[in-house]
Amino acid sequence: MNVVISATGDNLSAHVDRRFGRCPWFLFVDTESLKCEATANESADATSGAGTACAQLVLDKEVDAVISGQVGPNAYEVLKQGGVKIFVAPQDTSVREAIDKFKNNELRQMKMRVF
Amino acid sequence: MIISVASGKGGTGKTTVATSLALSWGEGLFLDCDVEEPNAHIFLKPHINERISVGIPVPEVDESKCNFCGKCAEVCEYNAIVVIKKKVLFFPELCHGCGGCSYICPEKAIREVDRAIGVIEKGRSGNIEFIHGVLNVGEPMAPPLIRQVKKHINTSTNGIIDASPGTSCPVVEAVNGSDFCLLVTEPTPFGLHDLKLAVEMVRKLTIPCGVVINCADIGDEEVARYCENEGIPILMTVPWDRRIAEAYSRGIPLIDVLPEFQNSFSQLSAAIERLGRG
Repeated sequence: MNVVISATGDNLSAHVDRRFGRCPWFLFVDTESLKCEATANESADATSGAGTACAQLVLDKEVDAVISGQVGPNAYEVLKQGGVKIFVAPQDTSVREAIDKFKNNELRQMKMRVF
Repeated sequence: MIISVASGKGGTGKTTVATSLALSWGEGLFLDCDVEEPNAHIFLKPHINERISVGIPVPEVDESKCNFCGKCAEVCEYNAIVVIKKKVLFFPELCHGCGGCSYICPEKAIREVDRAIGVIEKGRSGNIEFIHGVLNVGEPMAPPLIRQVKKHINTSTNGIIDASPGTSCPVVEAVNGSDFCLLVTEPTPFGLHDLKLAVEMVRKLTIPCGVVINCADIGDEEVARYCENEGIPILMTVPWDRRIAEAYSRGIPLIDVLPEFQNSFSQLSAAIERLGRG
């Protein structure tokens, strides 16, 4: 499966950054081969709409799931409409750990109630 | 001459000073540009006789014409549009109404529709012409409403602009283009910290400024020292006085509860006349 992880650094030894729109790096990872492609988040210091911009980036790359923290409502809406599932990694999880937990179905899937 | 009243720190007495300055003139134009929380009307008690709805242009996509090329999403500086395979998602609260998306759309699939962000209310308080903007609750886009309020400025009438606290976009929008900026502060470390930011802002906007120190007999001497070092005139001081606070809480202007301030405000006006541009 192809997942994208919001990360503090550009490789698998980095930690999951629980801010989706404002994280410094996105790691696009094939969970079987662990092939990892890092993309710097150009929207990290956008004045507004970092979440929607990052969600657009993720959808353009055609991934199956996002691993991050609690993503914001705008990004959530875009990812939901694009059919991408969001999984929440606990605080201080390394990227490697998060991928293992994801494969073992140990990560919580994020669901937001829409009022 | 147009005088803007700003502060940096909130709650230092902008509206207290702005409304009493207007009442000391007894005429002219009063623009409350603190559109997120306008409160000058509480003191000036204008009779409102006109309400105008204000909106910004936002895109409406005709998906039957759209080929989902994504150019609108690319051009949007505020990431208010996302294009996914066969869908265009629009986030109105992120849109600044620049019109870039409808301009760039090669399929002419985007037209602009009005999205209401607030209202302008106009009226009179004695011989003072009163105008304020009221932003809709939860609406983040204050500057377009402030621009519409400021369209009521005419060069033949003296006016006062009450700005919001801080130094962010709404304040810049409110203060920009005024002939003089009165910075109201308090003699505390917080007051000084934010005063410095406000001074930096008005200097960038090349507006001459002066300071009013409120609650002047409490706190410390640092604001006065800073003003002296920077060559910024202190044009008026207002004492810490329980009567002012009590009147404020009842919507009674400073100048009504302490009429001796009529003279201070006249001197303030004269000083601004000397120091302002134009």
